[in-house]
Amino acid sequence: MTTQHSIVRVAGVTKSFDLGKLTVQALKGVDLSIYTGEYLSIMGPSGSGKSTLFNMIGGLDKPTTGKVFIDEVDIAQLDAYELAWLRNRKIGYIFQTFNLIQVMTALENVTLPMTFAGVPEDEATEKGLELLGLVGLRERHAHKPMELSGGQQQRVAIARSLANSPAIVLADEPTGNLDLTTGEEIIALLKHLSEARGVTIISATHDYKMLNVSDRVVWIRDGRIDKVEERAQLKITLGGIGAKEY
Amino acid sequence: MQDTNHTARPFSSEGKGVARQVVLPMGKSLEISVRSLRVRFLRSLVTVMSLVLAVAFLAFTLLGHDVAMGLLASGSPTLQSELLKAGFDLAPGRFPGSFEVASSAKDRWIVILSLLVCAVGIVNAQLMAVTERFREIGTMKCLGALDSFVLRLFLLEAGMQGLVGSLAGALLGGVAGVLMGMARFGLPALTYLGFGDVAASMGWSILTGFVLSLVGVSYPALVASRMPPVAAMRAEE
Repeated sequence: MTTQHSIVRVAGVTKSFDLGKLTVQALKGVDLSIYTGEYLSIMGPSGSGKSTLFNMIGGLDKPTTGKVFIDEVDIAQLDAYELAWLRNRKIGYIFQTFNLIQVMTALENVTLPMTFAGVPEDEATEKGLELLGLVGLRERHAHKPMELSGGQQQRVAIARSLANSPAIVLADEPTGNLDLTTGEEIIALLKHLSEARGVTIISATHDYKMLNVSDRVVWIRDGRIDKVEERAQLKITLGGIGAKEY
Repeated sequence: MQDTNHTARPFSSEGKGVARQVVLPMGKSLEISVRSLRVRFLRSLVTVMSLVLAVAFLAFTLLGHDVAMGLLASGSPTLQSELLKAGFDLAPGRFPGSFEVASSAKDRWIVILSLLVCAVGIVNAQLMAVTERFREIGTMKCLGALDSFVLRLFLLEAGMQGLVGSLAGALLGGVAGVLMGMARFGLPALTYLGFGDVAASMGWSILTGFVLSLVGVSYPALVASRMPPVAAMRAEE
């Protein structure tokens, strides 16, 4: 954080979707810099453009106008191979619905990104086990996702997101499908990992539990950034009406 | 992670080479597709079943023809007259004065139609399979899979289904064809059967089934491989 190197930079991004005759503008000009190693939450009600912005940052969608830079590289200029490379090594994804591959065991799910990255099998297995150990599921490595609870599946997904030691982990509503306690555990784990490994964590959420651990919170409303709050400011708002605002 | 600050600049000149290194080794692809087939065994079985039936019908028709040809080639007048009585038409053969058993146009059309119906069935089944696996495909893409990985997985699966289905179908149809011949003409149907003809017929049936399976999956696989990864993010069960 001291270096303030921005790993993701969003400049004047707009995005419109064509719905037949109707054109919906999901983002109406967003500028945002995300710094290396920070834990950033993007908050906003559904329909605010939160997910759209989130997908842009993750290189999953391209802006209509404006630019998204990841590590100062304009992602609009990348070809399919480079985008795949980016998704493979630079970014780890965590989804609301876990999205583990059902036919594979926990360990295989974690090693899959490493396979894509060309890591030799032994090495991948070793690192996979280590990552599963990190999320406390080493003994369950041979289980299929169906045999794991929601929280455990999300842990596997977190381990998977770290497979190729990405610089950024994108978490889309990571606690959305989990109960309160499990959600808290997942948040604590994410926070711990971000601190221990220096990974930049960007999460789109409307889970207020996330606020406590975030370094910064970006509030999105109506396709624009409503406000950006630092952690210090946050505690004050949280105690007041902030938590009930949306 | 200290190194993210200075080293990992993925798209610098040195990074470009690395950028092309997203891989899925053939062995691994095979492993994944075998596993997918095993897990969705029942569904695969249904897809394969239509292929088995179509190929069996093809093999049955071809083998029936082979049996008749064998009897004709035996040169025995009784067998030949039995052949004519059974409703087979003789057509002038390749050499003057020789005859061969004509395959009727109707038979050919029925076989072609059955293969067409089977192809449509495979396309349908595979499109369903793709829809069912939207999330899986999207997730793989988010993890860095290229379009070609997805395409390859689907083609491998279909290839294996095609091979198994065609083999089973050819065997089933072939045996049925020979048994049918024996029921009509007795043992001579088997004794005069030319081994080369049988091998060729079986080979054709298997090849047809295999190609059919691949052709059937190509459109669904293309749809799957071109799916944008963002679909995984918004996909809901």
